[in-house]
Amino acid sequence: MATLEHYLILSAILFCIGVFGLLSRRNAVGILMSIELMFNSANINFVAFSKFINPDILTGQIFSVFVIAIAAAEAAVGLAIVVLLYRNFDIVNIDKINFMKW
Amino acid sequence: MDLIDIGITVGKVVIIFGALMGMVAYMTLFERRVIAFIQGRIGPNRVGFQGLLQPIADAVKLLFKEDVTPAGANKFLFAIAPMLSFIPTLLTIAVIPVAESSTIFGREVDWIISDINIGILFVLAVTAMEVYGIIIGGWASNSKYPLLGALRASAQMISYEVSLGLALVGLLMVTGTFSMTEIVAQQSSFLQWNIFKQPLGFLLFIIGAFAEVNRIPFDLPEAEAELVGGYNTEFSSMKFAMYFMGEYAAMISISAIMVTLYFGGWQGPILPSPIWFLLKVGAFLFTFVWVRGTLPRFRYDQLMRFGWLVLLPLALFNIFITGVIMVL
Amino acid sequence: MYMAIFILFAIMSIAGAIMVITLKSPVSSAIALIFVLCCIAGLFALMGALFMAALQVIVYAGAIMVLFLFIIMLLNLKDEILGEDEKKVTRVFGSILGIAFLLEIGFFVRRALTVGSESLMYPVPEQFASIEVISTGLFTKFLFAFEITSVLLLVAIIGAIMLSKGEGKTEY
Repeated sequence: MATLEHYLILSAILFCIGVFGLLSRRNAVGILMSIELMFNSANINFVAFSKFINPDILTGQIFSVFVIAIAAAEAAVGLAIVVLLYRNFDIVNIDKINFMKW
Repeated sequence: MDLIDIGITVGKVVIIFGALMGMVAYMTLFERRVIAFIQGRIGPNRVGFQGLLQPIADAVKLLFKEDVTPAGANKFLFAIAPMLSFIPTLLTIAVIPVAESSTIFGREVDWIISDINIGILFVLAVTAMEVYGIIIGGWASNSKYPLLGALRASAQMISYEVSLGLALVGLLMVTGTFSMTEIVAQQSSFLQWNIFKQPLGFLLFIIGAFAEVNRIPFDLPEAEAELVGGYNTEFSSMKFAMYFMGEYAAMISISAIMVTLYFGGWQGPILPSPIWFLLKVGAFLFTFVWVRGTLPRFRYDQLMRFGWLVLLPLALFNIFITGVIMVL
Repeated sequence: MYMAIFILFAIMSIAGAIMVITLKSPVSSAIALIFVLCCIAGLFALMGALFMAALQVIVYAGAIMVLFLFIIMLLNLKDEILGEDEKKVTRVFGSILGIAFLLEIGFFVRRALTVGSESLMYPVPEQFASIEVISTGLFTKFLFAFEITSVLLLVAIIGAIMLSKGEGKTEY
């Protein structure tokens, strides 16, 4: 029987993989995908807490609904920025785009 | 859960999927004959009586074709893409009640493989996964026409899934449940069919369904006149056959969903329930072929404009009207 | 049985997550991410949260990831465009920070659970997965957050359209 601990450790591992990806990836799409991973580990936590701590009110699940909505908004805006970067600089490497104005 | 229960479950799976695969095979023949009739031709009638063995001949032919993998293709993704397109279409049928419950070996058997209480959400989830077979297949081919087909498929599927889901919201407001079995149970007589409660919702759903299974007039991902064969251009042999069967299985399962949600499922007078179910599904399959024989293909900008500027507002309007009627 | 399924999903999701951040081609990593999302949906279903599992597949795997793949394929991102250079510094820094995070979270999880791990196991009620309870919560207690989320989505739509419309390089 998997307990809360198992889910929390799994989500911690996924979160840390996301953090590593966020820092080691250089292209904007890869970074967005790492962020999605981190969102998902948070989601696992929400649902696991909702199940194991207080299964009567489902607040955790309601929160993860919001997390998914926010992830959708973030992905849409983030990908629009990627398209803009590609059109203006022909590159989506965030290291190469290090000036605010030219 | 003893041996008999397991046996019954396995039996249900075998019978329902066997019937589905049989229908997929004969749907190809049915479509060719009906299209031929519409166009004033004869159609395949040489292999067996009235061409009844034609699907077997086709399958054997496809099996013995050379399996080509294009140069520069991503081999792993190229190999799994047809399966990704085929398997979700089969999964849909698992939540659809296909017949009245009967008694076998002294047990009550519901003729539904998995009676989960979120049946409609399961259907939407599986439909959402169907697009990946096309996208991945188109990209992994490393060829320009499949890539264009894949791009079109991804844009089209997202756009039409929205109105498909919103069309279902109206239905859910009327039925108040996500469970397929309960929805069928609610439509016990002809006048209680959900089509009479949700006519606009059904219209939106069937248009979305045509777009989801990539049939004419929404078959832009595989438009053979512009994109050679669309996403499946580079596929051959059994891989192509899987895409082909996937399309037909998707057609059958979406017809089964429409029958279950809007047309009373397996219920009907006199005839046994599986026959009624098959008749209703058959009527929808005929509609699919009929539309193919009648309508031209949309242009891409028309498709997008229609999806976002006509279907989406209408779906929202349908929800609004349903809400108003329910409050009054 | 439950534990075996949990371990299966956990291992698959971790392996998929590692593939997401290590694979070179962005399409491959997006597909790995779809796989991870489906595994997490499986974990939700295992916890009895069927609604969340369905939502995860419909919205995350079915819509957001299609958008990712669409953009990647539309821009046809190749290696030179991605500019994935072998900058070891960020990689080392990333792994140090990642492992530090893992240890820290693991430590706190451990400590929190040794305090009262008995009291954490409530019996799961019948209506745990109930869509009715979730939607009642959404439309009563969390109504404000729900409405604000719709405004957020509207802002995101307008922002995405404003950012990505037009042709060629942006005039400044």
